[in-house]
Amino acid sequence: MTHYHTADAVTRVVSEKTAGRDTGGAVDAIWINGANFISMKENGLLFGPFAEELPNWRYVDTTANPAVLTDFTVPVEGFGAPWAMFQMVFEYDSASLSEPPKSAVALTAWASANPGRFTYPQPPDFLGTSFLKQLLYGVLEDPEVLQSAIVDTDYEAVTAPLWAYLDNLHPNLWRQGQVFPENEPALGALLADDEIDIAFSFNPGRASAAIADGTLQDTVRTYVWDAGTIGNSSFLSIPYNAANKAGALVLANLILDPEIQARAQDPAILGFQTVLGMDLLGVEDRARFDALDLGIATLPPAQMGTALLEPHPDWMTRIAQDWTARYGTAP
Amino acid sequence: MSATRFAPALTIALLTGPVIAGCIGIVLPAFGYLPALGGLALSLEPWRALLDWPGLGIAVRHSIATGVSATGIALFITLLILAAWQGSRVFVAITRALSPLLSVPHAAAALGLAFLLAPSGWIARALSPWATGWQRPPDLLIVNDPLGLTLIAGLVIKEVPFLLLMSIAALSQIDSGRTLLLTQTMGYGRIMGWVKVVLPQLYPQIRLPVMAVLAYSVSVVDMAMILGPTRPPTLAVQILDWMGNPDLAYRFQASAAAVLQLFVAAAALLAWRLTEGGVAQLSQRWLTAGARGRHVDRVARPVALGLAGLSVGAVAFGLAGLAVWSFAGLWRFPDLWPQTLNLQTWDRQATGLTGAITQTVIIGLLATGAAIVLTLACLQAEYRRDAAVRRALLVLYVPLLVPQVAFVPGLTTLTLIAGVAPSVWLVALVHLVFVLPYVFLSLSDPWRTWDRRAGVVAHALGASHSRVFWAVRLPMLSRAIAVACAVGFATSVAQYLPTLLISAGRIDTLTTEAVALGSGGNRRVIGAYALAQMLAPFVGFALALGIPALLWRNRQGMRVT
Repeated sequence: MTHYHTADAVTRVVSEKTAGRDTGGAVDAIWINGANFISMKENGLLFGPFAEELPNWRYVDTTANPAVLTDFTVPVEGFGAPWAMFQMVFEYDSASLSEPPKSAVALTAWASANPGRFTYPQPPDFLGTSFLKQLLYGVLEDPEVLQSAIVDTDYEAVTAPLWAYLDNLHPNLWRQGQVFPENEPALGALLADDEIDIAFSFNPGRASAAIADGTLQDTVRTYVWDAGTIGNSSFLSIPYNAANKAGALVLANLILDPEIQARAQDPAILGFQTVLGMDLLGVEDRARFDALDLGIATLPPAQMGTALLEPHPDWMTRIAQDWTARYGTAP
Repeated sequence: MSATRFAPALTIALLTGPVIAGCIGIVLPAFGYLPALGGLALSLEPWRALLDWPGLGIAVRHSIATGVSATGIALFITLLILAAWQGSRVFVAITRALSPLLSVPHAAAALGLAFLLAPSGWIARALSPWATGWQRPPDLLIVNDPLGLTLIAGLVIKEVPFLLLMSIAALSQIDSGRTLLLTQTMGYGRIMGWVKVVLPQLYPQIRLPVMAVLAYSVSVVDMAMILGPTRPPTLAVQILDWMGNPDLAYRFQASAAAVLQLFVAAAALLAWRLTEGGVAQLSQRWLTAGARGRHVDRVARPVALGLAGLSVGAVAFGLAGLAVWSFAGLWRFPDLWPQTLNLQTWDRQATGLTGAITQTVIIGLLATGAAIVLTLACLQAEYRRDAAVRRALLVLYVPLLVPQVAFVPGLTTLTLIAGVAPSVWLVALVHLVFVLPYVFLSLSDPWRTWDRRAGVVAHALGASHSRVFWAVRLPMLSRAIAVACAVGFATSVAQYLPTLLISAGRIDTLTTEAVALGSGGNRRVIGAYALAQMLAPFVGFALALGIPALLWRNRQGMRVT
C-alpha cells in the first residue's frame, strides 16, 4: 500500500488517463474533497455512482446532515462515500475566560477588550481561509450567495463587509496582526502556551485528544457559534480505472459500518465525528456510541449546533488571494 | 594511480554540471519555456506575474538586509574574537567551545533559538514572573519579526564558528604571532595592532569563505522559514512556496523569481566587494597614522568573550530546551521546567524517526563516500602534477557561491522532464555538489602540509607511488580524512532544499521533517526531530575521532595529542 498526497494521487490518475491506461490503475481509493473532487468528477475520472448502493448507506442521515450529499456546494451524486464529519469548533481556556464570544460581532468586541489574545492561521492555509469563510457567514446579510460560483460583479460588494471587519479586528490580534501562525498545529500550540485565549479547529475532538495527551491544559473547552459553524464531510472516491474496484467498494462500505464508525469516533482512536444518524441505528449500535467517552472538552452531538455548508471553492481561492494582497505583504 | 589524472576534471564536471544545468532549468521557464507544463513559446509573462506580486519589493529587501547584516555582524564578531584573543589560552578555549556549533544543522539551531527567544520561551520563563511580572507570555513580536532581526541572529551564531575556523586555517599561512608581538613592542594595543597589521594580510585569505557566507545568507531557506519574516517572507522562501504550489502554473513565476534571486546574490557579492575596496582606501591613512589604541583592549576583550559566549550559549540552551520539550508532559508558562517528564513523544515518533534516520544516514554515507574518494583523487593528482590543478580546483567554490534556491529548482525541473524518478541515489548525487566542497576544504590543508619526507623515505625503500599512497600517506592522514568525512556527513545531514526538491517531497530526512514540523509549533515533536538531527552529525564526529584512535592505539607516533 502506498500513501500519496491527494494531489499526487489525482495527478497519477490524470497521467494514467493521458497515457490511455483505462484499466488496472495504481490508485484504488482516494480521500478527496473540494477542488480535487470537482475536477475529477467533471473530467469523468471517478467510478460511480456507488455510494448510495452500499449496504450500510441506510445508516447515513441525509436529512439532518445534508453535508454528506454535497462537497463544497457540488452535489456528490454517489461518486464519493462519506466517512467522517468535520465541523469547526472554537477552543477556549475556561480558566481565564468564562463567557467566550459566540458570533463574529461578539468576537471583535471581545478582541478589542482583550487585545493580543486571539489570532488565526495565515491564509492561504486551509484553516485560516475556513475562518474567513466562517466570518463571511457572520457578516453577510444573505449567506446564500456563497453557495454558487462567484459572479464577478458581486465579489467586491459581497466581501466588502469582511475586509471592513478584518481591518477592525487585526490591530487587536495576537502580535497586533503583524504575524500569524502558519497552520492548525501552530494555532493549537499558541493556546497550549497560553499566548492566546481562543483557538479553533476543524476536528471537534482535537482539544480533548490534546488534553488526554498532556499537551494542553485540562481547563480548555470547546464551543460553537450561535449561528452555527462551517462543517463538511470527508469522502472516499474510487478512480474510474481502479485495478481493485470490488475491494474499494468493500472498504467504502466497511467504513460506514456502525461498529467501525463508533471506533473511529473514540477519541483514543481517531476522534472523528460520525456520518451516521443515531436514530437510524439498532439498539446495540446506538449503545456503542452512547458508551463513548468523548473527552472532557468535546461537545456532545446535540450541542454541535448547525453545520454551515462550505461555500463554493471559488470563494476560498479568491479570498485567499485578496487576503495576501491586503495583509500578507505588509512590511 | 593513473586514474587520478581524470579526477580533477571529473570532480569539476560533477560540481559545475548540476549548477549550470540547474541554472538553465530555471532560466528557460522564467521566460515561459517549459513544454512539460505547456509553455511552448518564449514570453515575459512569468516576469509580469512576478512583478505583479505585491510583496516583491519587500521580499527582496528582506533577503538583502538580513543576509548582508548577518554576514557583516558574523565577520565583525569573528575578527573581534581573533583580534582580542588570538594566541592566548582563552582563544583555544573559545575555539574548542565554538567548533562543535559547526556541525549543528542550521535548522536545528534555528528551532532551538526560536524556542529560546519566543515570548513563551525559556528566557521569558526563567525571568517570569519574579523579574518581569509576566503571568502569561507577553505579546511581543520576536520570532518572525518584520525586520528579520531574529533571522540575522540565527545566521550569525551559525556563521561565526565557520568564519573563525576558516580564519584559523588562514592564519597559519601568515606569520601572525610574531607580527603581533612586534606591534606590541612598538606600543600598540593588542587589538589595534592586530587590526592594523594582521587583518590586512588575513582578509584576502578568507575573502572566499566570507563571500560564501554572504551568498548563503541572502538566499537561505530553512532558517528563514523558521525565524524569518512572514508577510511576506524572504525571496528565497517565497520561491519555495511557489515551487510547491499544487497549481503547476506557479512554476514559471517561481523560476523568474529564482533568476531574480541569482541577481540579488550577485549584486550583494558585488556590493560587498566594492565596499571592501572602499574600506581599504579609506583606512589607509588611519592604518599608518600611528594611533596605538591601547584603551580599546580593556573594553573590547571582554566584549569579544561575551559575544562568543552568547553564540555558544544561544545554540546550547536552545537545543537543550528542545531536548527537554521532547520529554515534556504538560509544561505551562511560566514554569521553567515541565510538570512531568515522559517518553511518550519518542515512543510515538519512533517509527517516523527511524525511517528518517535511515534515509539521512544512507544519503549522507553515499554522498560522503563519493566526496572523499573524489577529494583524495584530486589531491593526489594535484600532488603528483602541478599547480594548474590547484587553481582549477577553485571551481569547487562555485556551488557555495550560487544560491541553492536559484539552481536546485531548475535541476528538479530537469529531472522531471528527463523522467528520472526521485530516489536516494539522485538525492545523494545532488548532496555531493554541496558535500564535496566542504570535504575538500577540510582535507586539503592537512593533505598539503603532510611531511613529504615520509614519502621520500618510502620511495627510497622501493615503494611505488601507489604503495606510498596506501601504506604511508593514507594511514598518516587517517585522522584528517575521518574528520573530513564527518564534515561531509554533517553537510549532507543539514541539506534541506536539495533533499526536498530533488526527492519531490517523497524522501523524508531528519532535516526535511524538522523544518516541516517547525511551522507546526508542536514543540515536543520538533524537539525530538531537532535533537536527532543534531545528534546525527555529532555521532559522525565522535566516530571520526574515535576510529583512528582505536585503529592506531598501539602506534606511539600516531597518537592524537
